[in-house]
Amino acid sequence: MTAAGRRAPLLETAAAWLLAVLWLSPLLYAFWAAFHPVAYATRFELFAPLTLENFARAWTYAPFPRHFLNTVMLVTMILAAQLVLCTLAGYAFARFDFAGRDVAFGLVLVQLLIMPEVLIVENYRIMSRLGLVDTILGIGLPYMASAFGIFLLRQTFKTVPRELEDAARVEGCSFLGVLWRVYVPLARPTYLAYGLVSVSYHWNNFLWPLVITNTVETRPLTVGLAIFGAPESGVDWGVISAGTIMAVAPLLVAFLLFQRQFMQSFMQAGIK
Amino acid sequence: MKHVYGWLLLTPAAILLVGFTHYPAAATLFDSLFSTGTVVRPSRFVGIGNYAALADDPIFWQVLGNNFWFALGTIPTSMTIAMLMAIWVNDRLPARALARMAYFTPTVLPMIAVANLWLFFYTPQIGLLDQINAALFNAPSHNWLGDPRTVLACTMVMVIWKEAGFFMIFYLAALQSLPPELEEAARMDGASRWYFFRRVTFPLLMPTTLFVLVNATINSFKLVDHLFILTKGGPDNASSLLLYYIYQVAFSFFDTAYASTLTVVLLLLLAGLALVQFQLIERRVHYR
Repeated sequence: MTAAGRRAPLLETAAAWLLAVLWLSPLLYAFWAAFHPVAYATRFELFAPLTLENFARAWTYAPFPRHFLNTVMLVTMILAAQLVLCTLAGYAFARFDFAGRDVAFGLVLVQLLIMPEVLIVENYRIMSRLGLVDTILGIGLPYMASAFGIFLLRQTFKTVPRELEDAARVEGCSFLGVLWRVYVPLARPTYLAYGLVSVSYHWNNFLWPLVITNTVETRPLTVGLAIFGAPESGVDWGVISAGTIMAVAPLLVAFLLFQRQFMQSFMQAGIK
Repeated sequence: MKHVYGWLLLTPAAILLVGFTHYPAAATLFDSLFSTGTVVRPSRFVGIGNYAALADDPIFWQVLGNNFWFALGTIPTSMTIAMLMAIWVNDRLPARALARMAYFTPTVLPMIAVANLWLFFYTPQIGLLDQINAALFNAPSHNWLGDPRTVLACTMVMVIWKEAGFFMIFYLAALQSLPPELEEAARMDGASRWYFFRRVTFPLLMPTTLFVLVNATINSFKLVDHLFILTKGGPDNASSLLLYYIYQVAFSFFDTAYASTLTVVLLLLLAGLALVQFQLIERRVHYR
């Protein structure tokens, strides 16, 4: 991001910083509550004793290791399937002039609007017919053919010069060989952007996983966290903060390390 | 051959899309014309019976109204804050990377985690909000999430906090695409910062504003995760939203036919917004 723009007046600089502190404070407060004993939950003393007790208790109160494993499996499975399916479909839309292509593309774009979480009632029924209720595959299946991914890869593949494809053909590449050797390597930035958005989305996704799972063996982190954080569970603030921080830590750390990439990917996802 | 290859490449994705988007959307419409079957009374055709019930359902109208106030309360405010954030981060603010990070961080957090953290602010007596109120204004304790008059506003404040940073990146991209000569010319003419914003920056950001507005409105119908933690839609559905009501009707009251009817309404609302969005794209007023 360029160094355009002039220096803001002092008053505005102060306001900008005040807003930044305000925006960070809920998260900073969560860290405070997580690393201090309950007695200091709302007593902000500089030398309040630090403790890891809350993390230890959160780890044992809820089956966090299992939820982590489920989320990692879910996110990996969805991304892997999305990459394959969207690459094939994006290639078809970008480079094959087949009958009914434009209608088919229009139908694909419908999913940008009707995300699977809008159709929870019907999709639950379909999953129970398929015997996939309470499976990780059942959580992931509706998201695997992603209209956003197909659209993004179609746009990228369309920018690849035809000459490169022709050259590869002369060398004896099949049409799948061309896809693998020419198109996929050139679309690497798109894959990275898409991967970041997909992983963040499914790491954070809640409603559909809640509907379709009912045991610890399949519940991802968000669902586990919702059960754990519910007021009726009677767990105190320090422990809830600690559990929440653990659940968001991987994504938060990734974001802090690759801020620019995250923001650019999220923007691409928004613009479509 | 190109026909065969084209369809072959498309088939795996097409099966899943039809299976989990088009078919369920059509089935939703179909099911909304039938009654919910039970063991003793099988499902039967009721025509627009479910829709008549919907028109008479005060909770439906209440959640629809809540959706309206929720959108109206969150979107303009978070967009205004987002514009301010983008302008500040685009200026040569000291340590602006840090400010940008602070603004954007809530966007990468799951709504469930955010609600967990904010729940504590709103808890009566021991919660942060009550403690601050007591310390500064000596105000009595207030049950922020238990009072129908304050609960929706409480969820709105949280959503504004979560969404503003996301909208900021679109404004930031738009600001960076504006020619710097504009600002130099304005400075030479002695235009004030406020005048420059009002007469130059704001109008030039209009396409981005429209684009974000439509997308944010579509998205507002899908924002329900926080209700599971904060309020369960209560008290008396004062904070409930359409998609949350659909969830309740389907999975707590097990009235799937009525849930399908509600889903049809949601689909129609989304389709209407999509038409608006399409018009905007046609006129090329959105940000490229």
